[in-house]
Amino acid sequence: MKLSKSIEELEYSQALESDKEAIAWLESNGRKFGQFIGGEFLFQKNADHIKVTNPADSSTLAAIEVADDKTVDLAVTAAAKSQKSWYKAGGHARAKVLYALARLIQKHARVISVLETLDNGKPIRESRDSDIPLAIRHFYYHAGWAQLQESELSGQEPVGVVAQIIPWNFPFLMLAWKIAPAIAMGNSIVLKPAESTPLTAMFFAQLCTEAGVPKGVINIVNGAGNTGATLSAHPKVNKVAFTGSTAVGRAIRKSTAGQSKKLTLELGGKSAFVVFEDADLDSVVEGIVDAIWYNQGEVCCAGSRLLIQASVEDKLIGKIKKRMETLRFGTPLDKSIDVGSLVSDTQFKQVSHLVKSGLKSGGNLFQCEKPDSRKNYYPPSIITDVDSSHPLVQEEIFGPVLVIMSFRTQPEAIQLANNTRYGLSASVWSENINRAMHVAPALIAGVVWINCHNKFDAACGFGGVKESGFGREGGKEGLYEYLKPIQAKYKATKGASGNMASSKSNDQHSTSSEIDRTLKFYIGGKQVRPDGGNSIPALNFDGSISAWVGQGNRKDIRNAVEAARKANGWASKTAHLRAQVLYFFAENLTVRKDEFIKRLMETCGIKKPEATAEFNATVSRLFSYAAWADKFDGAAHDAPYRGITLALPEPIGIIGLVAPDHQPLLAAISLIAPAIAMGNRVVYIPGDPYQNIVLELVSVMETSDIPGGVINIVTGDKNELSTHLAGHGEVESMWCWGDNKLNKNIESISVENLKRTWCHQNNDRDWRDISAGEGTEFLRQATHVKNIWTPYGD
Amino acid sequence: MSSNKTKPILPRNPGTDFQLERFCDIQINRSAVEQRCASYGTRRSIKKDKQAAWLIKVISLIDLTTLAGDDTNDRVRRLCRKAIHPLNEQLVKKLELESLNISTAAVCVYHEMIAGAAKVLKGTGVHLAAVSTGFPAGLSPLPLRIEEIKHSVEQGADEIDIVISRRLVLEGKWEELYHEVRMFREACGEAHLKTILATGELGNLSAIAKASQVCMMAGADFIKTSTGKEPTNATLPVSLVMVRMIREYYESTGYMVGFKPAGGISDTKTALQFMTMMQEELGRRWLEPDLFRFGASSLLGDIERQLDHYSSGYYSASYRHPIA
Repeated sequence: MKLSKSIEELEYSQALESDKEAIAWLESNGRKFGQFIGGEFLFQKNADHIKVTNPADSSTLAAIEVADDKTVDLAVTAAAKSQKSWYKAGGHARAKVLYALARLIQKHARVISVLETLDNGKPIRESRDSDIPLAIRHFYYHAGWAQLQESELSGQEPVGVVAQIIPWNFPFLMLAWKIAPAIAMGNSIVLKPAESTPLTAMFFAQLCTEAGVPKGVINIVNGAGNTGATLSAHPKVNKVAFTGSTAVGRAIRKSTAGQSKKLTLELGGKSAFVVFEDADLDSVVEGIVDAIWYNQGEVCCAGSRLLIQASVEDKLIGKIKKRMETLRFGTPLDKSIDVGSLVSDTQFKQVSHLVKSGLKSGGNLFQCEKPDSRKNYYPPSIITDVDSSHPLVQEEIFGPVLVIMSFRTQPEAIQLANNTRYGLSASVWSENINRAMHVAPALIAGVVWINCHNKFDAACGFGGVKESGFGREGGKEGLYEYLKPIQAKYKATKGASGNMASSKSNDQHSTSSEIDRTLKFYIGGKQVRPDGGNSIPALNFDGSISAWVGQGNRKDIRNAVEAARKANGWASKTAHLRAQVLYFFAENLTVRKDEFIKRLMETCGIKKPEATAEFNATVSRLFSYAAWADKFDGAAHDAPYRGITLALPEPIGIIGLVAPDHQPLLAAISLIAPAIAMGNRVVYIPGDPYQNIVLELVSVMETSDIPGGVINIVTGDKNELSTHLAGHGEVESMWCWGDNKLNKNIESISVENLKRTWCHQNNDRDWRDISAGEGTEFLRQATHVKNIWTPYGD
Repeated sequence: MSSNKTKPILPRNPGTDFQLERFCDIQINRSAVEQRCASYGTRRSIKKDKQAAWLIKVISLIDLTTLAGDDTNDRVRRLCRKAIHPLNEQLVKKLELESLNISTAAVCVYHEMIAGAAKVLKGTGVHLAAVSTGFPAGLSPLPLRIEEIKHSVEQGADEIDIVISRRLVLEGKWEELYHEVRMFREACGEAHLKTILATGELGNLSAIAKASQVCMMAGADFIKTSTGKEPTNATLPVSLVMVRMIREYYESTGYMVGFKPAGGISDTKTALQFMTMMQEELGRRWLEPDLFRFGASSLLGDIERQLDHYSSGYYSASYRHPIA
């Protein structure tokens, strides 16, 4: 026992976690996996195979069969078959199953962690201490929501069959994030794990039967992009939830356009890590380790863009370099390492290539010494002397590579942080509470961490804005992604439906008012003539001309969006003020009650009681959203740490509203009011008939203190105008009531900047019905929830 | 222990002028510090042979301490002998440690016990530390506190563990604190000065960081967490803050100051977390007795049991190891 040398060296142990149990499990399955469908493991005849390797040593772990189209169809069918009875079983029954899953995962936590590390290359410390415990927490947490569903989420029902496609960076955790809320709410799912990391999902499949998951509620199919595409486009799939690259997210958006599928996309990021001079710099350094070297930087919300206040830039960079000396690399199963292997040869090549080619545009690279000559170990790296135009600052690298820039002032920090097409997350580092709490809401991202980074919990929503996608996972806000409102079917009544007589040719029209009226657009608070100089007749139900309205074109839409962009001050007005404006609007509208009732009768051909009802409902709706303006507030999530996570509903920005073809007054207010109550600006395109009605509201708006540009109205061809609107990069969301063709068109075009879409059949609801025509569903669509993590303690 | 006798002697920290700007803006984020501390035990693994080696190292870093009202010369003599021979002979043989002459770094006692201890420790290489300046509260008259140091040094203490005036920290009288510690340092002469911050009584981590800086500026050879008498003693978060200040001071002045966590470190697991923290934050050089000490009394017993287990494969009973 010669210890003297060890006493002198004082080195850490290489403490290898045993892979015996995990390998034994692989062996017991013959190192071959098929699909998990309808509660059975299924192998196909003549299937294609994908080899699953351990990226740390290139050894083969197993092979998976690629699910062909027929097999995917089997899985979706199994899910569809099971869904109704699963929902009918009730919240408590589902809670018990989720609870059992949580317990079973906990029971097998060690072997799942090892399997995850073998498959992915991440340090065992992370799979053991972070991934798997968080996954367990998700099942526990959502078992609770299943139990509470009937009381807390009444009025909502499951969407049905959900296709879930997950990435390779957190294979098991992402499985939990997807499956737990979906099945808790009574959906059935078909999950496709990443083809490079399917093993823990197959282990999970074996637990499902033991946990009492009914056959068909959870199905898992294996394969690469093609399988995912088949799955997401399957006609029986009601919702697609995807986490992965922005490119694939776009493809899914495109291929599912017009299929009335609900969609959540959790995509890439280039998250800012903003350090002010009053931060605790030593703690910042550890924060950076957690932000960019956690999971080898293969994290969608990795803090990969470091912004340092100039006064502490050199000092902090010095500290980071020093800290890099003590990072340890090695075999991922070694408990004493910080950084493991990238997930695959492909990823290693990709990161190496991006960095190498990026450096041609300048920048200084500083790297940890490469751990050893084995492949796939990319050294932690920082790149200095770059600025915002540099490709490495713009592009997501998805590896352990940090780019560093400096800023001078707080406004500049915010500007630089937001200067990206992504909007997943950000962190703010400052010991000044005033500064931190001011900057956090100003950062355009779904998650903001104050003095920490990469913290997650089931109770807190996670998800992005802009090209980082839409939808939330975790928290109550995440449940709505797997729910839809229970809504009565609407039978269009005569007149109100817009099924008007087909247009007569212009010379046959008679004008109902004595003086010829031409109603202009409403853009930027002004009545504006159409750019093209053309007007079209707005017809009454009987084909007679009610008034002339402008025929809008691409430039009118551009002008409207531009006006809306300039009105961004509306978002920072107090909710109280927005409420006051809406009440004032209602007050001023009431003054013109008789006139509007008469117009509705003349235009839509409805009787006085019906017109009166629509008018009264319109005023009431304005009151409702005035009431909601300062009441649809956030939540303080209780995550297991000393601190609170604030879930703040924030306005989305500019929303394009494409109105249905009936109830022209009430529909207009039903769409405009919730959007502006939450601080959005809107561009409104009325339904095809009765376009004059909304324009008659302009004079009411003008007297109601609504700032110019908050509401913009362009008339003309609904299909053409909404296409221009959907294609505009500044428009963050589209609400559309149209036919299949229009909805499909809008969903495909919105791929460009990955805007949120909320598309419906034209006549899907009676706007006078409060349960269909107003409420929190509209407010949720008018906001996204930002989660701000604020640890405290002194 | 032989290795520390052969290490080149470090230049003592002479201190600097009082420079308010060097520390007045320091702010420490407790949550982030705690998160980092929670990771030492999980990010690094010290097992089997390595653990045995690290634990033997820990022995050489211990200031074996007795600070009780009922201390007597006999009790202290027993403690000193344990400090000179911390492991029983069989174990030393089994682990082949004979040539290393393992001892603890020092014995730490009250002033009245110095003379007795000095007799036993003479020529053994084990340092003799005395707590001083009205330990533990530090509220006796300043001239008397200074005299106390001089007396202790005369009696044979070569290390003096002083307590700072907590009120000066709490009242923000940093310059006064600086001058007090300066006077203590002068009174020490050749003896090394360890300044006890009594971190459990300073309010928050930022105050601890500032007090660390002031003591180092005033010429402390070591900064030490606690007297062992405060409600909370040496915790990892407090220690991490102090260690980061030591790094900061080294980077700006070039002088290496030592660190001594004291109080509450009684098992090997905790001791190894402290060792890991020092290794990660300051590096290997700071794991030598001239820069790192554990103020502990019962830790040694736990180490002996662990080493016994390592050598035999069985857990040992405490009564099989001579008590201190």
